[in-house]
Amino acid sequence: MSGGLRRGAIVAMLLATMPAAADEPRPVMIGGDAIAASLTGRPGDAARGRAIVADRQRGLCLLCHAGPFPEERFQGNLAPSLAGAGSRLSEGQLRLRIVDSARVNPDTIMPPYHRTEGLSAVGAAWRGRPVLTAGEVEDVVAFLVTLKE
Amino acid sequence: MRAAVLAALLLAAMPAAGAEERRSGFADMSAATQAMQADDAANPGMLWVLDGEGRWSRKAGRTERSCADCHGEAAASMRGVAARYPAIDAERGEAVDLAGRIALCQTRHQEATPAPRESEASLALTAFVAHQSRGLPIAPPDDPRIALLQAEGAALYRMRRGQLNLSCAQCHDDNAGRRLAGSVIPQGHPTGYPLYRLEWQGLGSLQRRLRGCTTGVRAESFAPGSHDAIALEAYLMSRAAGMPVETPAVRP
Repeated sequence: MSGGLRRGAIVAMLLATMPAAADEPRPVMIGGDAIAASLTGRPGDAARGRAIVADRQRGLCLLCHAGPFPEERFQGNLAPSLAGAGSRLSEGQLRLRIVDSARVNPDTIMPPYHRTEGLSAVGAAWRGRPVLTAGEVEDVVAFLVTLKE
Repeated sequence: MRAAVLAALLLAAMPAAGAEERRSGFADMSAATQAMQADDAANPGMLWVLDGEGRWSRKAGRTERSCADCHGEAAASMRGVAARYPAIDAERGEAVDLAGRIALCQTRHQEATPAPRESEASLALTAFVAHQSRGLPIAPPDDPRIALLQAEGAALYRMRRGQLNLSCAQCHDDNAGRRLAGSVIPQGHPTGYPLYRLEWQGLGSLQRRLRGCTTGVRAESFAPGSHDAIALEAYLMSRAAGMPVETPAVRP
């Protein structure tokens, strides 16, 4: 945990980290260890979020995390289970951890899902693109808050 | 017999818990896949080794010479060679990997056009040469230029890369033995290249295996034969020093 992140204080406006996708011109407001506001200004869709989380090409989540997905075989164990994520973390905390988990723990192995700056040797097919769009991040957040265990 | 001896040798080479804890990917495979590697009659990689053996004694190039015309019996002349690569090419003063060394030899001494890297012909001859070191401990050359290369490779190994922002070390050091989806993350010791992967349905090089990881983290790949690729291989071989060569290994 970075001691420099004080809950409640807006510590950064990360205009520079925003990918230049058409649907997301708004700044990401990081306050404390959370991003309180939706990246799109709208709530996400939990059903779409569940599909993204389970999709090993899009969300990639189950490569490292297990979770309440009885239909999915071969879930990873590099990271905590997603079960109960919505009880352990607030919506805003979940959002920051998806956007850029290194803001919470610089040594994390969790990829930055919505940051394109500060990366090295990104393959041409992915350069300048975040793993998930702002809309997809919101869908995943909307799903994860429902995981109350 | 021979297969059982090899299996015993590989298992004996796994250090006891509490020692260095290094494991070949062999140790994480199913018993069936281990048996496939250990039995030369079942190991598909042996088909490439046999092909390479034929190429070893085939005359080629303007000089109409075969490898055997200069090097004689590979069992004697190539014994232990692969365990020492990458090594410095004296003429150029730079490091080469085993496939690169074979290609240089073909160019210089056969005056032949070498088969492209990772072609079946290159893989077969490389597998045949590397097979002559099977069971011998990996022994990187004691050379300050190789030490420098290993240090560069170590830095590459620890560098986060790609859209997923992961280094080799974060998986293969920090999380080896855990499961990435259904697969146990190996420690990443290049003990058996070129090797047969069931996933590939073919023999492949360490470079090809590295592409699997770099593509997985959505990063640029190391160009085969490039300085960085050879530096990373030199580091990986130093990390695996003392572990026995398995070529041709089988992996899932």
